[in-house]
Amino acid sequence: MVHISFEDSRMRSLLLLITILSLPVSAHAIEVFACEPEWASLVGELAGEHANVTVATTAFQDPHRLQAKPSLIAAIRKADLVVCTGADLEIGWLPLLLRRGGNPEIFMAADFVRKLEVPKVISRSQGDIHPQGNPHVHLDPRNIRRVAVALAEQLAKMDTENAADYNARFSDFQDRWSDALATWDQRAMSLAGLEIASHHRSFSYLANWLGLDIVATIESKPGIPPSGAQLASLLEILSDKSPAVIIRTPYENEKPSLWLTDHLSVPAIELPYTILGNAAVTDLFTLFDETLRLLEEYRS
Amino acid sequence: MRITSVVVALLLLGLHMPVASAQDLADEVAELRVLLTSVQQDYEARISDLEIRLARAEQLASGAKREATEAFDIAEQTAIDQSAGTSAANTFNPALGAVLSGLYSNIDGFELGEAEINLKADVDDRFFGNLTFAVGEEDGEGEIELEEAWLQTTSLPGGVAVRGGRFFSGAGYLNEFHRHVDDFVDRPLPYQAFYDGQFKVDGVKASWVARTSMLFELGAEASTSGETLLANFGGDIGASNSWQVGMSWVKTDPEALIGDGELTLVDFVWKWAPNGNSGQRSFKLQGEHFSSEDSGWYLQGVWQFLPQWRVGLRHDTFEASDRDSVMLDWSPSEYSRLRLQYINDRVLAETDHQWFLQYIMSLGAHGAHQF
Repeated sequence: MVHISFEDSRMRSLLLLITILSLPVSAHAIEVFACEPEWASLVGELAGEHANVTVATTAFQDPHRLQAKPSLIAAIRKADLVVCTGADLEIGWLPLLLRRGGNPEIFMAADFVRKLEVPKVISRSQGDIHPQGNPHVHLDPRNIRRVAVALAEQLAKMDTENAADYNARFSDFQDRWSDALATWDQRAMSLAGLEIASHHRSFSYLANWLGLDIVATIESKPGIPPSGAQLASLLEILSDKSPAVIIRTPYENEKPSLWLTDHLSVPAIELPYTILGNAAVTDLFTLFDETLRLLEEYRS
Repeated sequence: MRITSVVVALLLLGLHMPVASAQDLADEVAELRVLLTSVQQDYEARISDLEIRLARAEQLASGAKREATEAFDIAEQTAIDQSAGTSAANTFNPALGAVLSGLYSNIDGFELGEAEINLKADVDDRFFGNLTFAVGEEDGEGEIELEEAWLQTTSLPGGVAVRGGRFFSGAGYLNEFHRHVDDFVDRPLPYQAFYDGQFKVDGVKASWVARTSMLFELGAEASTSGETLLANFGGDIGASNSWQVGMSWVKTDPEALIGDGELTLVDFVWKWAPNGNSGQRSFKLQGEHFSSEDSGWYLQGVWQFLPQWRVGLRHDTFEASDRDSVMLDWSPSEYSRLRLQYINDRVLAETDHQWFLQYIMSLGAHGAHQF
């Protein structure tokens, strides 16, 4: 056909217009699968609307016990980037999911921080220990800063189109974080040396930063609930050096902590541990604000 | 410069000394004092200014030094982690695990279970390999049975994965699990009747996961035993519930499976835990229905009532036979389990009361938490 009718070209322009209007306004966003809420929050700070984040766990779930359930298989299927803690925290389920995923980039936060409590003896007789060290790395704001540096780099590398935006967001986050860290360090001075007992070794990094003295861990061998005999000997140890407060995460069993409370007359509290661990914790800044606020009530 | 002018002033003053009166002298001395004081104050101000700047610079330097030391420590530890405890030759060893089990029953006395040995590792950036073999004895003779020997692609696009070798067929929810993670000491009647416990195939399997928020998975197997088509759906309901439903169609040689060689399976599983945290309490309900020329089904529920204790109830039937089982198990850790089970067995004309005591222990690499 040589001639094209006026109607046809108008139709074509209309169709083209409709097609353009129905395209998503922002360019393709990165699909991020975050294993824990703290990393989902960090991705949100650094990437904003450039990333769609799905979180695998909540503050009320023990990341160690999760199963590779159908909703997670479906979620990892579309992931471009997987952001997790590493140090074997997710070893029970993440490898299974990664084999079903579409070959996403993997970012492990624990690779960018110095790990505490690296075991000398690696055997299950010591409980369910992590050979690379304590994996609960996010409760030290200096670790968050280090992970943010590496994560911002990773995001910019994956999405070069928006690299300038990532850099801007990162600088902004760093400034706000440094200011917040300065105020937290001030508040931390009154908490240094505070004696606490903890259910599991979930707060080692927090204690290291604040200078808290963890006098006892109820679950002396990780993953193995304490026996009656172990609890009795724990009471003996603590009768000389009584903690000011007993802390646990939202997902840990409250019974051992409450038992200790009854026998020592020391209060037991639940710290938020991660985002939405309690209603006041909506981001990383409020995580540390709340944690410090709750601990400050017990300073001597 | 000020000092020089003061010295010059003094010299000039000295040269002009004889002419000045006493009052003039006093005035000059007073002037000099003022000059000296202001010079002194000026220099003190500058020195304290310098001291402040020096303190700030020292602080910055020590902060930077701390960061540098920290970064160095991290780099050092990463290097240590990567070489920790293993020689170069062993660094790429597969993950190795073994499962030891044994059974005591009122019918057969003590029976040593097969020792199951598993090796798995990434072959390279495209393939993952898994090998499981069971070592045991049958009638006094040692026996090694190949349970699994498969390779799977890890980097195909579009949600596709291909598995090849010997693997557990996906036809049936329970079939893809290793026996040692079962909730009962034995497999349900339909599994025993149709699969002789577990349906292992030698062939190839392709599966595809759709880009949907709910799991939608399709699979197809082609093996020396026949062909299978399967579909799985699954998802979460709120934070506390997860479910999966599967359907499979198996077509085999009529000799390979009992019946007419065609088998249709429907399976479901529902798991509940408060807020999705299975540390203290959880509940699992699962059931499967097999239909061919003959049919059978089972339904079982397992309730975790304490962190380490679970109780389970199962009803299974095949054709005219049915049984009820109840079990209680204690898991001091993720890796050890002791189980007590009672079966009210009505397979034969007479009701049989069977009791079992079982141990299952896992050594080595951390097993995957399959759903």
